[in-house]
Amino acid sequence: MPWDRNQMAARAAQELEDGFYVNLGIGIPTLVANYIPVGKTVTLQSENGMLGIGPFPYPDEVDADLINAGKQTISELASSSYFSSDQSFAMIRGGHIDLTVLGAMEVSQDGDIANWMIPGKMIKGMGGAMDLVAGVKKIIVVMDHVSKSGSPKFIPECSLPLTGKNVVDLIITDLGVFRRKDHDSPFQLVELAPGVTEDEIAEKTTAAYEVAL
Amino acid sequence: MKKIYDSAEAALDGLLRDGLLIAAGGFGLCGIPERLLDAIRDSGVKDLTFVSNNAGIDNEGIGKLLRTRQVRKMISSYVGENKEFERQFLSKELEVEFCPQGTLAERMRAGGAGIPAFYTKTGVGTVVAEGKEHKEFDGETYVMERGINADLSIIKGWKADEAGNLMFRKTARNFNQPAATCGKVCVAEVEEIVPVGSLDPDCIHLPSIYVNRLICGAPYDKKIEFVTTREREEA
Repeated sequence: MPWDRNQMAARAAQELEDGFYVNLGIGIPTLVANYIPVGKTVTLQSENGMLGIGPFPYPDEVDADLINAGKQTISELASSSYFSSDQSFAMIRGGHIDLTVLGAMEVSQDGDIANWMIPGKMIKGMGGAMDLVAGVKKIIVVMDHVSKSGSPKFIPECSLPLTGKNVVDLIITDLGVFRRKDHDSPFQLVELAPGVTEDEIAEKTTAAYEVAL
Repeated sequence: MKKIYDSAEAALDGLLRDGLLIAAGGFGLCGIPERLLDAIRDSGVKDLTFVSNNAGIDNEGIGKLLRTRQVRKMISSYVGENKEFERQFLSKELEVEFCPQGTLAERMRAGGAGIPAFYTKTGVGTVVAEGKEHKEFDGETYVMERGINADLSIIKGWKADEAGNLMFRKTARNFNQPAATCGKVCVAEVEEIVPVGSLDPDCIHLPSIYVNRLICGAPYDKKIEFVTTREREEA
């Protein structure tokens, strides 16, 4: 059985360390917040200007002035702080955020990521994704192993316009986990989802990778 | 020196003309200067360029000025959730310059701080960096981005004192702070204007020097794009 959305998020959450400041992207990455390991203090950053994102508010505590980067209403914690967008991205660009989890349309074997536009389709914009992949210490991609049409998403070279070049550290798909030591090293297949075989991964991956199970 | 005006229209008097470059605060619909945007729409000026993280949604925020075809160009990082925007963009009636969110915020901050350009790693190796100067520092490649100096800044704050010292509330601060600094003139709307001495000088987010004109825009009916809640646990 491949991992579902929640299991992929739970796997990504295993990368969190005590004291980490973390930015979570929209979609599956947001679910990572539900799986922060017990006993570890992790502070979530919202790039629209907040450290210490709390849970969704109770219905009678919804506040239009308190939203996350996905424009959803949230709540604050006793430890929260607010700041401006320039300050928010100063902490991102300045390397102060320990880890980010993002979705992707394609990742290349050299760690390039494409997740913001498809030529010929309506472009909505990159938001903060380019800043995050350029500035955060560790970049985790969570994505389906193949596209809806069945084509591999972990490929030799991205065909879509890039969000960042040579930036991805860890890839978690519904089938397994790829990790690399540093940005000069190749990705290694280090984990398989339950019931998934090495052969199935090989069949659905065109990127070059090493096997280190 | 008069800073406080009775209405958005009065505060913008003499500042508006066709073809202006306007920096606007706000993130989504959070902290947008809605009274000032309405007044700009009602003035009828056109061919405007807006530097703003988003373009509002249909009939909210800058979306209202898209509907009336007063906007020629947007400089933004994300423009989803807006059908009229999409129509004008796809038919090439509207020009759009996509700028990474952090680069956009820093371009405003730099412009306001007298810094004409800066280097960043953001966007290196992507279409955003094409045609721009690159430079290596300590073995890493950076791309040069320009500071933004707008003709006019419009922002939304929470409270201001009569001198124009201003505070924001929660995540409504966002782009309002850097946007305020990068315009030749900054017009601010707030929910409450209080006498000088009522705000702690240590807690001012935007010093009065950045606020040239001020209105109280209350009452506000703040819009939320996505209301998300949780159930209250039974006691």
